[in-house]
Amino acid sequence: MTAARVLEEKLASLYRAGGRIVGGVYLGKGQEAFSVALGLQLSKGRDIFAGLIRDQAGKLAFGEPMLDATRTYLGSALGPMRGRDGNIHRGRPKEGLPAMISHLGSMVSVVAGMLMSRRLQGRLGDAVGASAIGDGGTSTGAFHEGLNLAAVEKLPLIIAVANNQYAYSTPNNRQFACANLVDRAKGYGVEGYEVDGKDLLACLQVFQHAISRARAGHGPQMVVGSLLRLGGHGEHDDASYIPDTIKHSEHGRDCLQLAEECALERGWATVTELAALRESSQKEVDRALAQTSREPSPDPYKESWRALATSALVDEEK
Amino acid sequence: MSLTYLEAIREAQYEALRRDPRVFIYGQDIGEFGGAFKATKRLSAEFPGRVLDSPISEDAMVGMAIGAAVEGSRPIVEMQFADFSSVGFNQIVNQAATLYWRTNVPCPIVIRLPSGGTPGSGPFHSQSMESIYAHYPGLVILTPATVEDAYHLLLDAVELEDPVIFCEHKFLYYHLKADALPTSTLPIGKARIARPGRHATVVAYSAMVHESIRAAEELQQDGYQIEVVDMRSVKPIDTGTILASVARTGRLLCVGESFPWGGVTAEVISRVVADGFHLLDAPPQRLNSKDTPIPYHPNLWRAHRPTAASIVAELRKLLKF
Ligand SMILES: Cc1ncc(C[n+]2csc(CCOP(=O)(O)OP(=O)(O)O)c2C)c(N)n1
Ligand SMILES: [Mg+2]
Repeated sequence: MTAARVLEEKLASLYRAGGRIVGGVYLGKGQEAFSVALGLQLSKGRDIFAGLIRDQAGKLAFGEPMLDATRTYLGSALGPMRGRDGNIHRGRPKEGLPAMISHLGSMVSVVAGMLMSRRLQGRLGDAVGASAIGDGGTSTGAFHEGLNLAAVEKLPLIIAVANNQYAYSTPNNRQFACANLVDRAKGYGVEGYEVDGKDLLACLQVFQHAISRARAGHGPQMVVGSLLRLGGHGEHDDASYIPDTIKHSEHGRDCLQLAEECALERGWATVTELAALRESSQKEVDRALAQTSREPSPDPYKESWRALATSALVDEEK
Repeated sequence: MSLTYLEAIREAQYEALRRDPRVFIYGQDIGEFGGAFKATKRLSAEFPGRVLDSPISEDAMVGMAIGAAVEGSRPIVEMQFADFSSVGFNQIVNQAATLYWRTNVPCPIVIRLPSGGTPGSGPFHSQSMESIYAHYPGLVILTPATVEDAYHLLLDAVELEDPVIFCEHKFLYYHLKADALPTSTLPIGKARIARPGRHATVVAYSAMVHESIRAAEELQQDGYQIEVVDMRSVKPIDTGTILASVARTGRLLCVGESFPWGGVTAEVISRVVADGFHLLDAPPQRLNSKDTPIPYHPNLWRAHRPTAASIVAELRKLLKF
């Protein structure tokens, strides 16, 4: 959580300073607890984690190298996307990290397919696949089709719905008409849970339960966490449309601060240890950015400009 | 033994399943029922667990196939009709077509589109989608016109590392027969001279190859020898074979069944004009369907799409120029 927060704060300041980051910056501030609780309990090499735009924390916890983030944001030729795609659109599909496309909802069926393939090959074992989504993303046809398909096939899929009350500027009441998103689980025939998405311990518990249910063959699990995005949709957005009453409500509390308070209260960490954690995260972020800065940018003259894997199949148009 | 175009597609899928344990087929009503056109007849019994009924979810069907390909499977997705692939459009053009380029992970999936018009099918069961998909980088678009190609191109498609849109023509399903399957054909990306000639070239694909051959037969009675080029693959386009034909004839008509705005025929003509302007003795022409949705009634339908008669009329103008 801390590393993700520090990294994202740094990316935001680079964005504001201008120059080094091309394109937008989309942050997960306020959603780290929900994201990390999932990523932490999946294991790379076995499970699949399809994080979306607010899952920096979950991706780091799952095992995505921090360099993947810095290289993709800064456009290093050595990053997994090699300048071909940017910011949160990154991944290593062969390592259980599908690279999201922008179109919301469309990763759900891809994760389902990854699980289907493993099952067909007889090597699914007790792996699960998780697909993150926002409250707005649940309104897409792709989300519905994907979850329904996974439910029909009884696949070990975890759907993590981060309900941050808004989709860009659109509040929940313009997004869906059901009383609560978790009510939908029943309609899909999947098991559903609600959790306070700011409460790290509660999130850890609910995901632990959901993951174990999925591993045990009980089909897709839908976890809805309620929380608030503590910032704009992206760094270009001041979120002025979110009323102060909500920002200052219980919903608007910072999950990282809450987690730190909880750790102190329970004696799991001291103030000094928390400060040291922040400092070591800062160093890790600085190291990743320094290394990325020294790396080459993509070169249009060396770029293959070929979209097909079959190099012999070239359309001759000049 | 004689075999229809549809049976060839079934046989190719049988062979793909037999050869390669990574292959599975996914689509609506394709399991025990054998598919709306019976292209997967008995396959689910012959390959248990590998020919799977899907929900009516074209988006998720394609997304699922992409995920499966990432994990090492070789999925074939059957769309019940090409028209419904529009619901899976996003996954096809944004997810499948970009996967390799973005992540270096190939996306070997085949999406079968039962395409084109048959009488009485109307606006939503008759479409030809090849031009739309060909517009997007990262896809291979195949349009077999013969029983042999229906078989071999489909098998080749399954072996390819890239996403293939396989446009099989419903009008040819039952009409077209071959005595036996040859052991091999031209590779993907190569066009074929379906009929040699020297007075004009008709470039066509899929069902339009047969309309064009009928037109050529009719004009032969007037002493014209029309060369017909079967594109086989509309992406990539075998520009070389087309230009070589135009070099022999000096005249070009390009025929396609899809809508007239842009598309495959426009692309072929633009390439011939750019690279072979000096070879042309007359302005190159193209013939497509009319620019309306596809009508239901056979009287209207026959007038909507190019036919041997309209191709003959177009060729006569071209030959007189
Ligand atoms: C299909 C689709 N339509 C529109 C967009 C543009 N868009 C990007 S993020 C976003 C809001 C998403 O809201 P939500 O799913 O609640 O996630 P959040 O940003 O709140 O985390 C929109 C509309 C998109 N990416 N995909
Ligand atoms: Mg939201």
